[in-house]
Amino acid sequence: MSDAKPRPRAMASTTEPATAGAGTGAPAPPPTVEVRVPPRSWRSEVRAVKIVWRRELIRFQKDRMRIVTSLVQPLLFLFVLGSGLQQLSAASTDGVDLKTFIYPGVLCISVMFTGMFSAASIVWDREFGFLREMMVAPVRRSSIVIGKVFGGATVASLQGLILLALAWAVHVPYSVGLVLGVFALQLLLAFSITAFGVMIAARITQIQSFMGVMQMIVTPMFFISGALFPSGDLPGWLAVLNRLDPVTYAVTPMRTLIFNNLNLSAEATHTLNPPITWFGWEVPIALQVFMVFALGMVMLGVAIAEFNAGD
Amino acid sequence: MAAISVTDLRKSFGDFEAVKGVSFEVGTGEVFGFLGPNGAGKTTTINMLCTLTKPTSGHAEVAGFDVVAARDDVRRHIGLVFQDPTLDGYLSAEQNLRLHAELYGVESKVVKPRMEQVLRMVGLWERRDSQVMTFSGGMRRRLEIARGLMHSPRVLFLDEPTIGLDPQTRASIWGYIRQLQQSEEITIFMTTHYMDEAEFCGRIAIMDGGEIVALDTPEALKEAVGADRIRIETADDERAIAELGERFGLEATVSEGAVSFAVADGEEFVPRLFAELQVPISSVNLSRPTLDDVFMSHTGSTIRDAEESSSKNRNRAVMQAMHAGGRR
Repeated sequence: MSDAKPRPRAMASTTEPATAGAGTGAPAPPPTVEVRVPPRSWRSEVRAVKIVWRRELIRFQKDRMRIVTSLVQPLLFLFVLGSGLQQLSAASTDGVDLKTFIYPGVLCISVMFTGMFSAASIVWDREFGFLREMMVAPVRRSSIVIGKVFGGATVASLQGLILLALAWAVHVPYSVGLVLGVFALQLLLAFSITAFGVMIAARITQIQSFMGVMQMIVTPMFFISGALFPSGDLPGWLAVLNRLDPVTYAVTPMRTLIFNNLNLSAEATHTLNPPITWFGWEVPIALQVFMVFALGMVMLGVAIAEFNAGD
Repeated sequence: MAAISVTDLRKSFGDFEAVKGVSFEVGTGEVFGFLGPNGAGKTTTINMLCTLTKPTSGHAEVAGFDVVAARDDVRRHIGLVFQDPTLDGYLSAEQNLRLHAELYGVESKVVKPRMEQVLRMVGLWERRDSQVMTFSGGMRRRLEIARGLMHSPRVLFLDEPTIGLDPQTRASIWGYIRQLQQSEEITIFMTTHYMDEAEFCGRIAIMDGGEIVALDTPEALKEAVGADRIRIETADDERAIAELGERFGLEATVSEGAVSFAVADGEEFVPRLFAELQVPISSVNLSRPTLDDVFMSHTGSTIRDAEESSSKNRNRAVMQAMHAGGRR
């Protein structure tokens, strides 16, 4: 009934005073398109999740600046800190380049900070009113929150893929298993961090405070996690904090994955990637990965509950 | 069937009663206006009808659904255009509408034609691929109206749809409203505090201090006032008021710097006024009743005066709420 091609019209669109009858001279109004909004079903919820997820991707794609700026920090860690400290540590890394050692940690940090920014978008949405448009839609709040968290996680892992492209520069050979494994771990970590951020965003409604709180929590978690040092012979207090820090259980699997892809001596592996232990018990990698996932799900649940409780 | 029916709806925020029991009905296809100063309770009422705020007590049905018990059904059948913008500036006009269609579960095959229809109506079809952040205020408001119509709502709520817009855009928005009324039998519920705009509504409810003080067609409301309004500027307003009371039995008030009063046959009264009033008159203004007079006769103040005093009240309420330590 109506062709999709734009018909040229003589009138300037911005200054067109619509006349009451829409009759004289102006083209007749196009026929009314009947729309029926079906009752709520799981399909409409899936559509809602999908569109909120897609919006995050569209925005990421349009925001080139964000892609560039969020690469700065991981690159500094990797090449400046990595090359700089190499001179001090050459003796104790058993011949492994410090950049190679730091690389898994940097893969994690990039995902963490991007995930944090993704979660911040919900605070922006509130500030610019768009959150309201989503909240008044006839769908469950949980669909909106899930779409938002998945969207943020996807964006953060895409960002991580850019860093994965740098593996050659730190002497890590590529393999299908490596790429898939790293991507999966990044997706998981990004999911948990975004869920955490959205959970915080339900409470903190101002962008300045939100960024402050996130920095205050995420930065220490990143430093304590052992992303930049082996978590073997730490002083007691730091060892305790390290084991309590959830990020530890994302960094260690990531490092194990990367190291398994390298030809390292048993000695070097033991020094640089010691197994995580609880009171002497070696925590299996699978359990660590599961912990990150479980924590993410719990935080997602809390985030949904919080948004449901809002007005 | 009434599109909206409201019985004794109330809303309190702490000690402050924003809406003090309103009741009314809006018929299908009607353009219904809510008129009143800022802080009269218009937005609170509209928020309750749109399921954004839960009523403290009372009952309201929109499009046949209870706003509390059947929240999602109400939402599916209403379109909302808020006072504050709620568009995503990073997305294009088309992407904003598509997102809305997906959230409201509009059938995939009608999304495109419907989008073209509503975008053409508001004159933004040619700009559909532009990012919304490049749009002017008027264009954004038009796009919001288009978005509110994407899912063919039965009732369209417009909260101050023309506030802050230039006269041309205001006129075109009124054009769309009339067009919608004719082509889609949509019921339109709007709030405004522009008196001249309220004239376009089929019926209006005047709200003041959380209550509906009058409800009728604009013509009937003006007729009910009956009297013409005379405003005089005098050398001594207080003496003039006193004299008007003693000599003519008229109740006059000072508003916006002039003495103002209502009288049955204005033209015939003016010569008498000049002959008999002892206070020198520097200017006189006679007007037929307007909605302003309707507002004045029901509330005792002009809409502007009412706005000032109500914003003071509201500030006080906010301060109290803050002292009580309540969040938001």
